[in-house]
Amino acid sequence: MAKIIIPTPLRKFTNNLATIEVEAINIRESINALSSLFPDLKKQILDDAGEIRQFVRIYLGDEDIKVLNNEKTPVTHDAVISIVPAIAGGISD
Amino acid sequence: MKLVLNKDLMDKMVDHAIESYPMECCGFVFGKEQPDGRILSEVHRAPNNQSGDQRRRFEIDPLDYLKAERYALENGITLLGIYHSHPDHPAVPSIHDLKQAVPFFSYLILAAKKGQVDNITSWQLLENEFEEEKITIENRIETLN
Repeated sequence: MAKIIIPTPLRKFTNNLATIEVEAINIRESINALSSLFPDLKKQILDDAGEIRQFVRIYLGDEDIKVLNNEKTPVTHDAVISIVPAIAGGISD
Repeated sequence: MKLVLNKDLMDKMVDHAIESYPMECCGFVFGKEQPDGRILSEVHRAPNNQSGDQRRRFEIDPLDYLKAERYALENGITLLGIYHSHPDHPAVPSIHDLKQAVPFFSYLILAAKKGQVDNITSWQLLENEFEEEKITIENRIETLN
């Protein structure tokens, strides 16, 4: 089963679980499986159109799925998927 | 929420802010969450990946973030937040900090000037607004073990 690492800011939606294992053949199925397990997490990752939110990145291993095949990227049984929130900021203009 | 850390960790963040001046620095804070507050045990520097003006903005590479989460998992600690500096600006969150903030994290801000840091504050996003956290410096922190 593929393992999904949940970032600490989103663990309140997974009963504080840091990793979740899902059975899936690609990234899209992995996210759907995760959303089924934790419905409140879904809207944190996907927008109303079902697309991955602008400030969220999905990594397979060390690769951004954007440089792979996006949500169609295949996952193997030993895959490690990470949900990564964008971290940025700075002083006022 | 109370944030407890020792002087060594504070010095590491201060040194980073001073070395990076006039650019913004950034990094991760790790530790454990306890009922009465957060106990920091480690701070790690992260490169400022901002492609624009690093004197006014910081950005953490998603891969650096991912590695920080992995490090926390491997070491039985929690990634509790992010620190960054505000060169020549006060240690209060800006509108840019608010736009990019995620709930749960402690956001430590260091007000940096040339060769010194004037003030350090910590903030947490609650109901779309920042609430300041009380920072407590302790010489020894033994509650982690």
